[in-house]
Amino acid sequence: MTEARPKPAAARGPRLLAALVRLPPLLWLGAFFLVPFAITLKISLSEPATAMPPYLPVLDWQGGLEGWTSFLEALHFGNYEMLASDALYRDAALSSLLLALSATGLLACIGTPLAYAMARAPARLQPLLVALLVVPFWTSFLIRVYAWIAILKPEGLLNAALLRIGLIREPLELLNTQAAVMIGLVYAYLPFMVLPLYAVTSRIDPSLREAASDLGASPTRIFWTVTLPLSLPGLVAGMLLCFIPMVGEFIIPDLLGGSDTLMLGRVLWSEFFSNRDWPLASAVAILLLVILVGPVVLFREAETRRGEAAR
Amino acid sequence: MTAFTRTALVLGLAFLYAPILVLVVFSFNASSLVTVWGGFSTRWYGVLLDDAPLIAAAWVSLRVALMAALVATILGTLAALALERHGRFRGRGPFTALVYAPMVMPEVITGLSLLLLFVGIGLDRGLATIVIAHATFGTGFVAVVVGARLKGLDRSLEEAAADLGAGPARVFRTVTLPLLAPAVAAGFLLAFTLSLDDLVIASFVSGPGATTLPMRLYSQVRLGVNPEINAASTLLIALVSLVVLAASRLLGRPDAAA
Repeated sequence: MTEARPKPAAARGPRLLAALVRLPPLLWLGAFFLVPFAITLKISLSEPATAMPPYLPVLDWQGGLEGWTSFLEALHFGNYEMLASDALYRDAALSSLLLALSATGLLACIGTPLAYAMARAPARLQPLLVALLVVPFWTSFLIRVYAWIAILKPEGLLNAALLRIGLIREPLELLNTQAAVMIGLVYAYLPFMVLPLYAVTSRIDPSLREAASDLGASPTRIFWTVTLPLSLPGLVAGMLLCFIPMVGEFIIPDLLGGSDTLMLGRVLWSEFFSNRDWPLASAVAILLLVILVGPVVLFREAETRRGEAAR
Repeated sequence: MTAFTRTALVLGLAFLYAPILVLVVFSFNASSLVTVWGGFSTRWYGVLLDDAPLIAAAWVSLRVALMAALVATILGTLAALALERHGRFRGRGPFTALVYAPMVMPEVITGLSLLLLFVGIGLDRGLATIVIAHATFGTGFVAVVVGARLKGLDRSLEEAAADLGAGPARVFRTVTLPLLAPAVAAGFLLAFTLSLDDLVIASFVSGPGATTLPMRLYSQVRLGVNPEINAASTLLIALVSLVVLAASRLLGRPDAAA
């Protein structure tokens, strides 16, 4: 490299480089993340058909303007009318939201003391504690949900233990209930809640708590007026990180829930795999997306704020 | 440690690990009943090794995970560099959203929409389509891990190299990349395990002949609890624990792995 490079090239060089660095992820995610959504939206406006692909109309790319107009005329909104009118889908949407909301609330109540305890543990223990939390986070989701079947089923370990200590006389019906789904959600998503919360809580300057304590505040008061407000960015990030995927959760309601546990992810799955109704499955996906747009935007803002706070 | 801290930690970790522990213990159960202890035995590991479809599925998963993690690492590292090093550009907001959104998007949506794309462009479903899908959602995770490291890097090192006359490519190769290497490796491992773990997206985008390990396990789990699955799960948990150990060693600070 020569030092005496003409100035304009030096100014243009970095900008060109920046564009080149940005381009591959932009193109890839555009092609495999954005374009698929557009296609899903289009197919949600189609009718199911017994063909391959199993939907109509199919856009004729070579048809020019005429191809487009005949395609647009054939679009129909039947799938959305069905989602709006059939109680099954309304109930599924409501119960997805309700389950995800209550599980998120429960996770906040369990995750906050846990993250707080981790941040207050001796410094040499903290890396170990984080690693202990990360292992389940990386371990197969399917396996962790599967593990609960052996515990919750009628002849399972929990019932056996309760029977033995004489707390119950007959096995409880635990598996295939809403309660089992709730346990599964809280269990599987706990690391998602605690990790961002811990990351923020552990960075709070201890002198702030000491100052509050010196001024006579009780530990409870310090928690509510100092620790909690300062860890709020982590709490918000953790809650959204749990809530968003939980609304569309499939594995947990499928393995732990009963036939009456309707969640949108499961409805989408069965419309696609069992009923082979691709257009209706697409409409469910779009509905799910519409529900989640708000939380996703909030999540991005929370992450940006958290990133700035960490600087 | 106060009593509160200790109680919270013990209860929290017990809740996280008890189900995993039960699973591991019963993988060594002589009885074929998953909930009744019949003595210690490794027979289910033997059964596992003779289960040809399961072994084949494991190979498919490993190949997919390796390739997907490789692509995700390259794309995610580039995305992190674009966001952290080439900071202000037009469309930064949408670009950030595009990188992070696949991480939180429910898997059923990602899976279905990618399948519709593959059918739309006439791409045969199989190994390649699973690799594309897994690389797509792994990219964001790699970007987060590498981005965190980039934030903490001392910029003056790169500036010093540039002042000494190194061009941007040379600065990147001889200064930035070596400093970044542990995070890049950790990002690779994260993308690898995420791919290894995925059931939902793979179920949508795979075709006949490309059955991944989670897909195979899921089809058996649906039939009920079975000690052979416990054995397979135990091996997977052991593998993942090793990977986490490696990743946290690489990063020095394990919380960056999340």
